[in-house]
Formats: sequence, C-alpha cells, structure tokens
Amino acid sequence: MDVRSQVSMVFHLDKCIGCHTCSIACKNIWTDRKGAEYMWWNNVETKPGTGYPGKWENQDIYKGGWEKDGDSIALKGAGKKKGLLNIFHNPNMPMIDDYYEPFTYKYLDLIESPASDDQPTARPVSLITGKPIDIKMGPNWDDDLSGTPDYARNDPNLEGLTPAEQDAMFQLEKMAFFYLPRICNHCLNPACVAACPSGAIYKRGEDGVVLINQDVCRAWRMCVTACPYKKSYYNWNNGKSEKCILCYPRIEAGFAPACMHSCVGRIRYLGVILYDADQIESAASADESELVDKQLDMLLDPYDPEVIKAAKANGVSDSTINAAQGSPTYKFVKKWGLALPLHAEYRTLPMLFYVPPLLPVMASVTEVSKDQNDNLNPIAKQWTDSWLYDTSTEELWGTIDQARLPLKYMANMFGAGDESKIKGQLQKLMAVRIYRRWKTVGDISEEKVNEVLKDTNLTAELADEIYNLTSLAKFDDRFNVPPAHREQAIEMLEFAGDEKGSTGFGIKEKVQRGL
Amino acid sequence: MEPVSAFVNLYNNFFFIALPYIAVIVFLVGTIYRYRSTSFGFSSLSSQFLEGKKLFWGSIPFHIGILVVFLGHLTAFLLPKETLLWNSEPIRLIALEVTGFIFGLSVLFGLVSLFIRRISNARLRVVTSKMDIIVELLLIAVVILGCWIALGYRWGSSWFAADLSPYLWSIVKLSPQIDAVSAMPVVIKLHIILAFIIMLLFPFTRLVHFLVAPLHYIVRPYQKVVWNWDRKAIRDPNTPWSPTPPKNN
Ligand code: SF4
Ligand code: SF4
Repeated sequence: MDVRSQVSMVFHLDKCIGCHTCSIACKNIWTDRKGAEYMWWNNVETKPGTGYPGKWENQDIYKGGWEKDGDSIALKGAGKKKGLLNIFHNPNMPMIDDYYEPFTYKYLDLIESPASDDQPTARPVSLITGKPIDIKMGPNWDDDLSGTPDYARNDPNLEGLTPAEQDAMFQLEKMAFFYLPRICNHCLNPACVAACPSGAIYKRGEDGVVLINQDVCRAWRMCVTACPYKKSYYNWNNGKSEKCILCYPRIEAGFAPACMHSCVGRIRYLGVILYDADQIESAASADESELVDKQLDMLLDPYDPEVIKAAKANGVSDSTINAAQGSPTYKFVKKWGLALPLHAEYRTLPMLFYVPPLLPVMASVTEVSKDQNDNLNPIAKQWTDSWLYDTSTEELWGTIDQARLPLKYMANMFGAGDESKIKGQLQKLMAVRIYRRWKTVGDISEEKVNEVLKDTNLTAELADEIYNLTSLAKFDDRFNVPPAHREQAIEMLEFAGDEKGSTGFGIKEKVQRGL
Repeated sequence: MEPVSAFVNLYNNFFFIALPYIAVIVFLVGTIYRYRSTSFGFSSLSSQFLEGKKLFWGSIPFHIGILVVFLGHLTAFLLPKETLLWNSEPIRLIALEVTGFIFGLSVLFGLVSLFIRRISNARLRVVTSKMDIIVELLLIAVVILGCWIALGYRWGSSWFAADLSPYLWSIVKLSPQIDAVSAMPVVIKLHIILAFIIMLLFPFTRLVHFLVAPLHYIVRPYQKVVWNWDRKAIRDPNTPWSPTPPKNN
C-alpha cells in the first residue's frame, strides 16, 4: 500500500446557480494577462450544451485522455510515439477558434465620439490583433440553453439516447438544464503529465496538485491535446502552456482556492483524501463498467489504523491525516456515495467529484386533488391554487426514471455510461429530501420515510449528516485542508498580489515571450 | 605584398578564422547563459494555436528537411573518410546527392510557406518578432545557396568531406588552415559565412528550441510525481533540517 494524499473537491451541482462568480474570481487572479485572456481555468457550462471549447467531450474530435490498449492503456492522441511524430505539427490540437477569439469593446468610443444623430457604439475588438471582429463564440456562449439547436442539441453526452428521448429533452415546456463548473481535475493518472515531451508537468507528491513548470515547458503543446477535459491551455503570447494550479499558493497558506472561496451557491467542498497509489494502474486500465468502482476503491478510510500507519511511513504529515479524517469530500465520495467523477471513461482518474443534480429530475408541477391540498402542512402551502411542486408522488422512485434529464444522459457524464450508478445516487439524494420533508413539512408517513431510508442504505443520522453538510455547512465544514508545513515549504510562499500579471511563482526573471 | 591580395587576405582571415571563433564562442556562451539564467524564454514558440492548416505545409517539410540536411553535413564533417568511401561508388554518390538535394528543396519549400504564412496572417503578425524575420530570411538565403551549390558545384558531399571537413577540423584544433576554403567559389564562401552568422545569432533566436529537443521523453516513465523532500525520511526525527529549500522539478 503506497498511501498518498490528494486535495480533492466536490461540487454539489444542485446548488450551483450558474453565476460564474468562480470563473471571474479565478480570472482576476490568474489569467488576466496577454495570451491568457481566452483561458478559463475555471469555467461553468450549461448542460446540455457543447461547453468550452466547443464539444470538448467528443474525443473523436479532440483525441484526449487514455484508451484501452490490450490489458493496458495508451494515450489517445499523444504519447511517446504519436507525440514525437507529431511534434512539428500536432493534428489533434484544438485551435483558438475552438475556444473563442478573446475580445474587448472600445468603451472609450462611447464617451469620445462626437455628437451625432446616432447613438455611439462600442465595437468589439480582438484582443489578439486589436482589430474589430464579429464575435462568434465565447466561453459561455450556450449559457442557459441559448442557441439550443446549435449547441445543446449537439451535446456529446446525448450519445446513446434515442431521437425520441432527445426530442423530449428539448420540448419547450419540458426543457431542463443544470450547470457544470469545471476546473482541472488534478487527476491521479494525468494524461497531461504523460503527454509532455519535456517532462515539464508533474504531480506534487504532497497534495496531488498537477503543475506545469513554466521554465521547462517548451511549447510542444501535447498536454493541450492529451487532457480530455481541455484544462491545459496554450498561452499564444509567451509560448508556454498553463493550467489550473488549484490556487496552491493560497492552499499552502491555509486559504481556500479563489473559485471555492467566492462560490455564491456554496456548492464546493475541499478536503484531503488518502488513496493507494499502487492501484492507479489497475484502476485506470479497468473495464469501462468497473472504472468508477475501481477508482472509488482506491480511496482509503482515514480512520483505518493500517492506512494511518502506511501514510506515516510514506511521509504524510499528521495534519494531513487529521484533515483526511475530517474531510467533507471523503464523506460525499466514500461515506455517502453521493459524488462521482466526471467522465471516468477518460481514464485519467479525475480527483474532483460531482454530486449529480436531482433538481431538474424533480422539477415538475402537478395538479393535486382537493383532498391532498387540504392535508398539506401550512408551510408547504404556498400555492393558492391546487398546483404543487411535485415531490411527494405515490411512486417515490418512479419520478427518477421519468426524469426530465434522462438518466442515460447523466450516466454518460458521471457514471461512465452506467445508469445504475446515477440512479442509486439520485435515490439517496431523494431519500434525504423525503426524510427532511417528513421532519419539517410532515405530510409523509414515518413508515414511508423509514422504508425509503432502508431502501437507500441510509439511517436517520446519516440523512441528517448529509442534510447538514449540504444545506447548513459553514465555511470551515466545507473547507478542511491543512496549510503547508513551512519546514517542507512546497513551491514558495509569496504574496500573490506581487505576482499578479506574471506567469506565476518562483520565476525570478521577467516573464516575457522568448526571442 | 600587393594591396589587393592583402585585402583578400584580410577578408579571408576575418570570415574564415575570426568569424568562426566568434560564432562558436558566442554560441556556447550565449546558449549556456540563456539556458541557465533565463530558461523561461526557452520555447519553440509554436504558433499552431493561432493558425494550424498552413503550418502543416510549412513546418513539416522544413523540419524534416533540415534534420536530414543537417545530419548530412554533420556526417561529412565528423566522418569524412567514411563519406568519401561511401561516395567511391557512383551510384551511392548520386543517391546521396539526390537525397540531399530533395530534402534541401523541402527545406526551401517549407521556409517559403512559413514565411508567407507569417506575413499574411494578422494573428501571426502579433507573435512575430524582428528576430523571427531575420532568422527566416537568413535560413532562406542559406538554403537557396545550398541548393545552388548542390546543382552547380558537384559533388558537394565529396568535396565537403575532402576539403571543408579538414578546414572545420583545423578550426576545432585551434590551428586554422584556410587555404582550401579561400580558394572556393564565392557562392560556397557565402554559404559558409551565412552558416556561421546563423550560429552566431543562434542564442538570440527561437532556434534554441533545437537544443532542448525532448529526446529524453523516449526513456522516461509516463507519470511524474515530485516530492520536495525525501518522503520516506521526512518524518524521521534524525533527518537533518536543511536551510535551503529544494528547487522543485
Ligand atoms: S484534468 Fe488536469 S490533471 Fe487531468 S489531464 Fe487535464 S490538465 Fe491534467
Ligand atoms: S460561483 Fe458557485 S454557484 Fe456560482 S457558478 Fe461558480 S460554482 Fe456555481
């Protein structure tokens, strides 16, 4: 057992309101520089949608991630052979137009244009050439299902859904969507690391953050191809690749990453998870149907004395082990089984987990009978007419199967295609709701509630725990990562403000394009 | 001594003794200094992200061609006897020359496509420096001269090995013998001079990415995990504390 620790995030998608505050917080700190304007280390996508860069999930186009190669795995679009052969021209590299051409507006024209009969306008200009452009794409171009025929309809996750199912998803009355915030997954089997010919990318042993050494990157651009999440970006100005650094300077100093700290919906949880690195290879090359389970099997119980012993022998510090024991992410992922990795089928073993959203599943409005209406607890009775936001149908589990976002669609994202994964998880979320409804509204019988809890392997205590961490958690409950040990100072502790506008920490020379 | 021949002597001494030494010294000192102190600037500065279609028709013929042509020159320089031996058989000589010439043309084709691509695309002009243009033009000039020589002054692979290799070795051995090179036609002389100028400018251009070609990728394991400290020792109370933090990576 080779115990290592990983700082890992959970996104509770039911809580994301799609405000993009996280993206802005990240951009303000890290990527408001020339060459990086188009990069959104954190971005928020509307699902269904094609995302950013367009259709990034379609690996037939982008050739990201690993694929099965006999008993082992191989990089799909990079690697030693493909990478070195394609080094002069990489056919699998996304282009700037797959993301979007960064732009700004000529705001000054609004003020300085001479008086005339027409309103002055602020024309958009390219941030690359400085010339006026027609904006064709942006980082959240398909926000809130805009342009559905072109975007949501082309979501790669619709694969495997019948045309009828797809049509049903996009009926105007039935449309539903949710938000998917994405950052680098700080994978255990990172494709970006494996694809880098220079060996500039590495995973930090102490906390699992995946970083690109800017001094070693030589712009061979293979990481951009290899990362299936398209979270390694090429800085077109200074010729270096860049990616999310999980705000390691903040984490080392005991602060939460900017995206998490600013999250309006408080959807993010950050904690330490211990895992067994010996299993990386077998987990990454498992059969598709076992991928999720095998990955979750790698995560170790931080209370197990064997695990603690092995962790200590491996140099994991006490504070890290303590944090792992109080880790909110461990609870979501392992203890409660509520959070799943995004696109496990890319085989990078992503270490950010998502609680798939229940809300669109449930969001149907039904007419209730007079009887039912009269029986309702006054708290629930906000409707003067007899329409009810339907969460108490007789067939409790039935609604999940008839979800407005088909289970298959969700499974393509979070279950490596396996619907049963999503179903069990959504049922748990539902059970907690039913339990809470019983407690606060009281229109459900105790019998029913017990049955529901039993069906989902929950107890009243667990349901309360889940409810607490989901709805009431304070910042310290959501963020439990120990600051770095000074004596083991990792990269370097510097003041982020001093480094703003530069490429990062630890670089003493002026950060500029090479000759 | 007559004034004309004195001038010619001066000229030959400068271009074939002084220039090579200056070029080699600047190349060595320049690249080592640049690598050690300003490694951030070491990059191939790929522009594929901004334009990828035309790049294919420029980058591939250029890079493949220059690799072959460079290796050819290197072989004739390092192994002149073997090269001459190879060329002793006319078929083999012609095969070598034809191959070299084809790859020379490929370099030329690539360079010209790259040049047109650079200056005709508004996005690319933003990431094009003066040095890029200078290097590009110098390379085009060298390659044109090279192709001209291959056609007009046969058989280059043989006389390179016989006459130029000894001259280059005499430079290496610090006792320059420039008689042979001084007697060469002016086209060949220009080719040599331009080559030294490129060597001289090398550390100040994007060409440095050639020196960091990622060959070690072939042997390294795919995954890379970096610990700042020896993780097995860090919790051992006997591990001495070190005042200098390790440099990561
Ligand atoms: S998500 Fe991050 S760690 Fe994983 S392959 Fe992409 S860039 Fe690398
Ligand atoms: S800040 Fe939070 S709620 Fe807002 S979009 Fe980002 S993840 Fe969602």
